[in-house]
Amino acid sequence: MDFGFTPQQEMIRNEAAAFLSRECAMPLVRELMVTEHSHSETLWDKMASMGWMGLIFPEQYDGAGLSFVELSILMEQMGAVLMSGPYFSTVVLAGLTLLESASDSQKERWLTPLARGNLKATLALTESDGRCAVSSPTVRAERDGKDYLISGTKLFVPDAQIADLIICWAAQNSGKDLMLVVVDRDSEGLTITPLKTMDQTRRLYEVTFKRVRIGRDRVLEGYSALERVLDRAAIALSAQMIGGARRVLEMCVEFSKTRIQFGRPIGSFQAIQHRCADMLLLVESARSAVYAASCNAAENKGETGLLASIAKAYTSDAYSWIAGEGIQIHGGMGFTFEHDAHLYFKRAKADEFMFGDSNFHLDRVADYIGL
Amino acid sequence: MNLDYTPEEEAFRNQVRSWVSANLSPDWEQISPRQSENMDEWMAFLKQWQRKLYDAGWAGISWPKDYGGRGATINEQLIFTEEMAKTKAPNLMNVSIGIELVGPAIIHHGTEAQKQRYLRKILSAEEIWCQGFSEPGAGSDLASLQTRATPEGDHFVVTGQKVWTSWAEYSDFCILLTRTDPDAQKHKGISCLLVDMKSPGITIRPTVQITGEAEFSEVFFDGVRVPQENLVGGINQGWTVAMTILMHERGTSAIGYQIRFRNELEDLIRLAKSHDYDGRPISEDPLFRRKLAQSFVEVEVLKYNIYRGATQIMRSGKPGPESSIVKLFWSEMDRRQKALGMEMLGLYSQLVNGSEWAVDHGKWARAFLWSRAGTIYAGSSEIQRNIIAERVLGMPRA
Repeated sequence: MDFGFTPQQEMIRNEAAAFLSRECAMPLVRELMVTEHSHSETLWDKMASMGWMGLIFPEQYDGAGLSFVELSILMEQMGAVLMSGPYFSTVVLAGLTLLESASDSQKERWLTPLARGNLKATLALTESDGRCAVSSPTVRAERDGKDYLISGTKLFVPDAQIADLIICWAAQNSGKDLMLVVVDRDSEGLTITPLKTMDQTRRLYEVTFKRVRIGRDRVLEGYSALERVLDRAAIALSAQMIGGARRVLEMCVEFSKTRIQFGRPIGSFQAIQHRCADMLLLVESARSAVYAASCNAAENKGETGLLASIAKAYTSDAYSWIAGEGIQIHGGMGFTFEHDAHLYFKRAKADEFMFGDSNFHLDRVADYIGL
Repeated sequence: MNLDYTPEEEAFRNQVRSWVSANLSPDWEQISPRQSENMDEWMAFLKQWQRKLYDAGWAGISWPKDYGGRGATINEQLIFTEEMAKTKAPNLMNVSIGIELVGPAIIHHGTEAQKQRYLRKILSAEEIWCQGFSEPGAGSDLASLQTRATPEGDHFVVTGQKVWTSWAEYSDFCILLTRTDPDAQKHKGISCLLVDMKSPGITIRPTVQITGEAEFSEVFFDGVRVPQENLVGGINQGWTVAMTILMHERGTSAIGYQIRFRNELEDLIRLAKSHDYDGRPISEDPLFRRKLAQSFVEVEVLKYNIYRGATQIMRSGKPGPESSIVKLFWSEMDRRQKALGMEMLGLYSQLVNGSEWAVDHGKWARAFLWSRAGTIYAGSSEIQRNIIAERVLGMPRA
């Protein structure tokens, strides 16, 4: 057992941190926030040339064949800078779904260009009930000769407007048979409407299918792996969250050293010190949980679902609390739009509910431990 | 990064496991004395158990081989402690102030003569040690301690008072912090002495704790003569020795606590299935289910925190100030877990051992009371937060 980064993992981490602080600094994030898709093609291309889209995919699909731990390392750095854009949707949601569920020829068709950075994609899972689980969808796939006609509405679909492909979770035969279908964004009958949300660094959409016609070759072989994909999405998202939480703590500590009140830096007051100590305890504990889950996912150990739920339950509460303290410690400045504290606060709250909040995951843990 | 043990380490685990099953009766808890009922018999039982471990070469697993230890790797230490806790073997913390704290201090700072004289008898439990640190006026502010040690010929003469000294009544020796230079800055006038508890001038007065037990005592020193040769770490160097001790107090042994919390959580889950709340088993109440799941999450997160800390020790050779995070985490978590146990039992939670209505012989009430100790001893939660803020986060001194 060696529960620390290897020298190669350290290198990936340092490279990612340096790259993102240079190429995805806060001014860019704020600039993108007010654009249509909150996405920079330049940044995307640079990440592609670093090989980040293919990081965890097998070499036969032009990936680098690295493990889930390396993915979490990247995710943590991306979360620290509040990177926007469709990396998570493409690589984690769509990429892992294709890896787990697509046939060989489908993988060559979609996963290979995705791994090269030439294809963006997302997963349309959640519906109006707001649940992020593998439950029976209301979106219907209806047989029509050799084709399927897809109808219904998906909600909270990340990056749908910038994705080339939308992988949709649907049911046929009045909900009995479940399936994953791959739909082109530009398909006839598809309407994509942006949702107005607090966090403008992540774009969510309503996606409506009106008899969208797809061929049989766009149905993925197996949907049973969707559970595995969602477990991994929860872990990867938690990795992003610990990056953000750690950055909030750094901002607080730096601020508390220079902000003078009552004639001394506020960081010398125990009221501030103890709050920061508790923030560190939470973020480092969440990090332990995230990397334990990442190691498990990397080695397909089984019980990944339990570890994913432990990580997401713990991290969801930790990040939201830490981001709130981030505003509190910065005082009046923390409540201004100009200061970055609110960007983390909004992201933390959005992340908390994405792929299940602590209540959702605690219920899963309760089942796992035989309650 | 990986969480796997090597085949050699797994073989080591099996070796520990089979030794325990061959040497400890599975029903030892039923047939041996209870700490809460007869402290003398309980101590005798623990000494006997440690002697068994010593004879088999398991005592002092983390100590260097030169001093009679096993020189085990960090991972082997984790495995050993895990296995001991899993089999619910007697918790040696009570008698092992010697092994966990005094031994490392003597190994790091002691003279050759001191090592020869004391170390082996610590391992074999022939000599039991207590720790004379806290005083009425020096708790969290340990360095303000006032117990005086004045040189007189080849002796020190010690006068003062210590408090909250665990197992003082049962101890043969005390590792004692004293003030040897009252004019120096407070951290720089402290010396560490090894004191024979049978010396004339020592009075021990047991202190009854909130559990009704008297595991700790007040210890009075009135002109106690301690030979110069019992000085550890040099004159006025006592603070360095104390820091070594406190660092070890917050080291890898936490994994044993973790397994204990896990065992206790499993007991709580059993309780949830066998006891009703509002007309149905507690385990079917949605809120209690979440609270139990949250406790499980925290116990598991503690485990991974400890594993990370162990890797840190493996790579850098010693625990860092990050070990304060582990101490803060488990002690605060313990309080939440035991409060949950009380909440599950409702009115029954207040019944203690002796009541025919008490659940599990009142063990949850006792555990609930005990959970208030962990956030105070070995550096209170407030002190841990100070250490984290100043030494880990680099915030300005208060």
